[in-house]
Amino acid sequence: MDTYLRRTAMWYGGVGLLTAQVLRSLALPPKYFRLVVLEVELMGVSSLGVALTAAVFTGMVFALQSAVNMARFGAENYVGPISALAILRELGPVLTAILVGGKVASGITAELGSMKVTEQIDALRTLGVNFVKRLIVPRVLASLLVFPLLTVLSDVLGVLGGMLITYVERGTDMWAYWNTTTYWVVPRDFLMGVGKSFFFGAIVTLIGCYNGLNTTGGTEGLGRATTATVVQVTMGVIISDFFLTKLMLMLFW
Amino acid sequence: MTAGETIVQVRALSKRFDANEVLRGLDFDVRRGETLVVMGGSGSGKTVLLRHVAGLIRPTSGTIVVFGRRIDGLSEEELLPIRRRMGYVFQGAALFDSLSVHENVAYPLREHSSLREAEIRERVVRFLGLVGLGPEILDLLPAELSGGMRKRVGIARALIGEPEMLLFDEPTAGLDPTNAKMVGELIVKLRSGGVCDTAIVVTHDLELARTVADRVAILIDGRFAALGPLDTVVDSRDSAVQAFLAGEARVTA
Repeated sequence: MDTYLRRTAMWYGGVGLLTAQVLRSLALPPKYFRLVVLEVELMGVSSLGVALTAAVFTGMVFALQSAVNMARFGAENYVGPISALAILRELGPVLTAILVGGKVASGITAELGSMKVTEQIDALRTLGVNFVKRLIVPRVLASLLVFPLLTVLSDVLGVLGGMLITYVERGTDMWAYWNTTTYWVVPRDFLMGVGKSFFFGAIVTLIGCYNGLNTTGGTEGLGRATTATVVQVTMGVIISDFFLTKLMLMLFW
Repeated sequence: MTAGETIVQVRALSKRFDANEVLRGLDFDVRRGETLVVMGGSGSGKTVLLRHVAGLIRPTSGTIVVFGRRIDGLSEEELLPIRRRMGYVFQGAALFDSLSVHENVAYPLREHSSLREAEIRERVVRFLGLVGLGPEILDLLPAELSGGMRKRVGIARALIGEPEMLLFDEPTAGLDPTNAKMVGELIVKLRSGGVCDTAIVVTHDLELARTVADRVAILIDGRFAALGPLDTVVDSRDSAVQAFLAGEARVTA
């Protein structure tokens, strides 16, 4: 039990220290900007399919369930705003962060972990290269751009998916659906979700990077680190979502 | 700096990993123009010692002065300019596996100089030539090279920044006798050719020590059981030294 607690405390401390190092190293030399662009492409473009497919189907299933069940209370007219609120405030940012985050962070852990076990990170250090600026900061900066953008796209497709399915399955008037939605949903609902996605992007990337940099035990250790990353990213997003929501409701509601 | 000046000064260096005390109060100096060979069995702490000199790990106690600056308490950022003055050759070469030979060797120049691509290429070809490799391998990936070639590319990468001191970690490990001999001769050639005349070589290869050493240190149980010119060390009456040398002599015979 002691060992477990000690390991957990060291993990949180380590992620905290890495975050501090990243904050201190944010000023990148101009030649590293292409690395940020490269990471945006790697993280964003390659995750587009996963994020958007999940968004459409989540929007559809949420609207479908809501329509069927809210009809029992005579509240089917509110399916649009209810679905949109759920998607914009929670489902869009959280599902995007979990799905894309798991994919992105496990990839980062695998890459950095492989570099760690083959001494490539030490090689960078001996060549006088600041490995935090070279390997970590571009990824974090890219995630701060990619996660909000993917969240916006997921929000749009999720809402449209919900609207489409209620039209097809329940014969709802799409114009009325849209009007009710835009009447009840305000920009703050959208901004709250997008605001959270910045934090999710940073959390996901920092966990992936930290686990990669601290990989030990050769290829077996690399496998363990990658698996741990997927679990920790999922838990990190879900737990931080609660605290971020609480904080944002306190500050902006 | 002047000839014969102390480049590395280590005093009372100890390193403990949890309960395992790897180094126990080591003292030694390395002077400009000198090659110190550190020998010892597997797991004796040779690599740990070398990593201390490069500032890759921090000692539990003791002081390390490199190029006149105490490095044992410096931050990663403060260590970078000191590391740029030395070259580190890793046991497994630690080449960046996603980059070609050209990109690997050119890496330090692209990071730390403002040379144009044509000049970088000219230098890369020159330094590869110095380690006996031709321009035909420039576009190959590290995975496409033999172990001996990888090691020589690693040496070229360490040399291209024109360091004042080279640190070799087991430069002949895993190589056949012909390639091992070639690496030994290369280290001598670098020195006689004025490319880099100061080195610390960590090895368990007695033949390599005979070829390159000015002084030899035998590391047993975290302490130097012998330190001095090879002839003096070979004549040591210390039973542990004699047992180690007899074992190595059998291996290299």
